[in-house]
Amino acid sequence: MKLTVCIGSACHLKGSRQIVEQLQKLIAENGLEEKVELIGTFCLGTCQTGVSVKLDETLYSLNPEDIKSFFEKEVLAKL
Amino acid sequence: MRKFDTKVQHLKYKVLKEVARLAFSGELLENVTDIPKMIVPGKEPTMRCCVYKERAILAERVKLAMGGDRSNPNVIEVIDIACDECPVVGYEITESCRGCIAHRCEDACPREAISFDHEQKAVIDKNKCIECGRCAKVCPYTAIISRKRPCENACKVKAISMNEDKTAKISNEKCVECGACVYQCPFGAIMDKSYILEVIDILKKSNNNEDYKVYAVVAPSISSQFTYAKLGQVIAGIKQLGFFSVVEAALGGDLVADSESRELSEKGFLTSSCCPAFVKYINHEFPDLSGNISHNLSPMALIGKYIKSREDKAKVVFIGPCTAKKSEIRKETVKPYIDSAITFEELQALFDGKGLDITTAAEDLLDNASYFGRIFARSGGLADAVRQGLKENGITDFDYKPLSCDGLEECRIALLKLRARKLDANFIEGMACRGGCIAGAGCLTHGEKDKDQVDKYGHEAYEKTIKDAISVLK
Repeated sequence: MKLTVCIGSACHLKGSRQIVEQLQKLIAENGLEEKVELIGTFCLGTCQTGVSVKLDETLYSLNPEDIKSFFEKEVLAKL
Repeated sequence: MRKFDTKVQHLKYKVLKEVARLAFSGELLENVTDIPKMIVPGKEPTMRCCVYKERAILAERVKLAMGGDRSNPNVIEVIDIACDECPVVGYEITESCRGCIAHRCEDACPREAISFDHEQKAVIDKNKCIECGRCAKVCPYTAIISRKRPCENACKVKAISMNEDKTAKISNEKCVECGACVYQCPFGAIMDKSYILEVIDILKKSNNNEDYKVYAVVAPSISSQFTYAKLGQVIAGIKQLGFFSVVEAALGGDLVADSESRELSEKGFLTSSCCPAFVKYINHEFPDLSGNISHNLSPMALIGKYIKSREDKAKVVFIGPCTAKKSEIRKETVKPYIDSAITFEELQALFDGKGLDITTAAEDLLDNASYFGRIFARSGGLADAVRQGLKENGITDFDYKPLSCDGLEECRIALLKLRARKLDANFIEGMACRGGCIAGAGCLTHGEKDKDQVDKYGHEAYEKTIKDAISVLK
């Protein structure tokens, strides 16, 4: 599974670093380093909403406070 | 016109703009020979002896705007017919010498090169004169002037000499491509080659970023440029040109500060590798010291490398103040990461060639790097960032002694001391341009307030530490 977090300027200002940190932590806590690849990219083309996060080919718009539930509902559920 | 310091820059810009305009509309090939006449349409000359010479020189500028002489690896070229063959006599006594009795000039001369003729007027013995200028400084009548060529004066690596026909000649063995002569020649007879056509081609062939994405990596010195608009509008303009996204080279600066501080504490001594002209200067003049050059790629190359590691089809264009960067990107170690490089002057020409008025654009954002990555743009910034890097890496047992060399003359002195083992420093930050990148030859304007602009821009960064800025890159 591939998780891509946008770290471009607009998303960065909306908290992409906090999202990356949380995801890194969650991946480590759940021992998923082998299964989930976390990468950054400079633009996913949807700068107007929250931080753009792509789970494989599906695009989500998230805020740092949404990450825990996103991880449980979308990432863990799909593994 | 407010956008440039000099009319020479403006003239160069007019050529670049026309070339860009025609290239964007796909009509360059059939109209390229008309460009000189478009710029000088009338019959009355305004710059040279006649419009025909003006147009002939403009035709040469068009060639340079289209990439110049491909057989010459140097990005800086002399336009022979534009060179006014300035005198090269150096310091000279003028008519203003009144034959006074104080003879301060004689006292100030360290080589006893000044004597006096039968009218008691000073005479300089050119065989003894070392062109130090001390006599000129002390003359109460300012009767002694320097008649050195502005290009030679600007060139701190002594790469400029004279051809037999008295036109300027650049030695590729000595030139570090800093562009100082380009900015200083009052006739615009030395120009940097432009790769705007390469960039327009990359943008066009991307098929609106469908076939591959085009990224602009922008140098932090942009904060002191385009003062007639807001930075956010410049970013919006870059995207309107067709770039997919704009990324700060300063984030590469954060990466450099982080790894440079570690490399420095391991090796104990380093000279910086960010400024390509400084690196080239060491390789040319101090090859015995080249082992001290930091192994880090420049901030530009590092961020390009990151972008390409995420997207193998991405194209990366660097936009900055620097002519030497145009050469750095041809190096084998940098080539895979950066596809082309242009200056701020050329960016302005691209905006206007495409008919964009950035002052009416909605502001876009640019915020990737920390304060420390951003201040690389000015002299002293890199040394400050390495200090912070040491701190953030928890390296406390290293006695950091940086020396910021502002301009090639200071670099030379530091390197001579290093060679003689008399240098009291363990890190040399070398910047070829006085003031740092904000004084680069490809800047639109060079001003006193530029340093403050960079610091202000640094403080506006969302991230406050190097580690926070680069944490997202892992």
